[in-house]
Amino acid sequence: MTIKLTTPISPEQVKSLKIGDVVLISGVIYTGRDAAHKRLVEMIDRNEKLPIEVENGVIYYVGPTPAKPGRAIGSAGPTSSYRMDAYSEPLMQKGLKVMIGKGSRSQEFKALLPKYGAVYLSAIGGAAASISETVKKCDVVTFEDLGAEAIHRLEVEDFYAIVTYDSNGDDLFEKGINEYQVK
Amino acid sequence: MRTIDLKLVTKKVSEMFIDACQNIPENVLQTLQRARDEEKSPLGKEVLSKIIDNDLLAREKCLPICQDTGVAVVFLTIGSEVTFEGDIHEAINEGVRIAYRDGYLRKSVVRHPLDRVNTRDNTPAIVHIKVVPGDIFKIDVAPKGGGSENMSLVKMLIPADGVEGIKKLVLDTVFNAGGKPCPPVIVGLGIGGNFEKCALMAKEALLREIDDVSDDPIVAKLEAELLEEINKCGVGPMGFGGTKTCLAVKINTYPCHIASLPVAINIQCHAARHKSCTL
Repeated sequence: MTIKLTTPISPEQVKSLKIGDVVLISGVIYTGRDAAHKRLVEMIDRNEKLPIEVENGVIYYVGPTPAKPGRAIGSAGPTSSYRMDAYSEPLMQKGLKVMIGKGSRSQEFKALLPKYGAVYLSAIGGAAASISETVKKCDVVTFEDLGAEAIHRLEVEDFYAIVTYDSNGDDLFEKGINEYQVK
Repeated sequence: MRTIDLKLVTKKVSEMFIDACQNIPENVLQTLQRARDEEKSPLGKEVLSKIIDNDLLAREKCLPICQDTGVAVVFLTIGSEVTFEGDIHEAINEGVRIAYRDGYLRKSVVRHPLDRVNTRDNTPAIVHIKVVPGDIFKIDVAPKGGGSENMSLVKMLIPADGVEGIKKLVLDTVFNAGGKPCPPVIVGLGIGGNFEKCALMAKEALLREIDDVSDDPIVAKLEAELLEEINKCGVGPMGFGGTKTCLAVKINTYPCHIASLPVAINIQCHAARHKSCTL
């Protein structure tokens, strides 16, 4: 099923997503990867106000290439998500509901999604030029010193992603591999 | 003696990295198209179509195929009758600096693995130099992304493990990596040599053309068997399940110690970028 979503995505909408659903997201999403996650979690530990709105928000794990003149963003495909596993729970405690990346994640992470009513989506790894076409605006919000790893605010239109782990604890990787594995 | 102008090396290196990051090799594209046609999973087919569309768009609009434009890996093959004045490493690094700046490529290198401050120009490159007889000067460049590199390993097997042990190691490695290295992948294997030699051979194996066939019959047989067996593991395009987990297996070998069977597995994502040029 293909579902159009506009940010902010309500907690009910997030919970209604099922593995295998294709979503087309429009609105505002934030980028963040290893170094930015580390800093965000350190800020949470120090009880500081976060520089981005994570409640009912969307974080996309990406470090884009520099934008060519005339383009909103450079190539911008997902990075491997498991590297963010250790940082995800504190952000979900702050209300983060949607994370977008690529590849499988830990069992511990997967178990947190039903608890927080959150989902994990996949963008297509390596489809970075195509994905950049769906980004209409891109601004650095914070951690500018991190370069490609800085947190960017993206305005996207019909950003394509596949529901990979849903808030029921279902796992599209597990289901798909079981179906096609020759035993 | 033939003299090589290092300014020309810098220029070639910069052009080749930009070209590699924007233009998927034609035979890789054709292999992806064949994989899309043969893939049994509808979602897998859709994923492969999107990957192919992306590669064509990148080529048309001169954009990086992937945001991870990698660490700059350079292989030089230098004939013993060739000479040059100056620092060949610096000539290469300057080429990398220019490519990653002017080509709008991502700078993905930190100056120290523990303090992790970005060098902001993607240097230093990782350079491997081979000296051979004659007057050849050949440059191969391969921007290598982190996602697939992180799924790679070296394992010191023993002779008793044999071909079956190698197969099990490769199958387990590709299966456990799942969608993380951006399948369908290309598997580069170094078998034999010693600890460091097999790792280098695994990377060199990835420089081979995706559609070549090894002229060593033992290797050619193992490459074909491994490809077939990997594609039964079910991981599929981006790990969503399917019959196309791997596009090719490339194996390089070297003599080794009587006690050892070193095996290195270097995983390459579907954006198999490399360029070659002879000066």
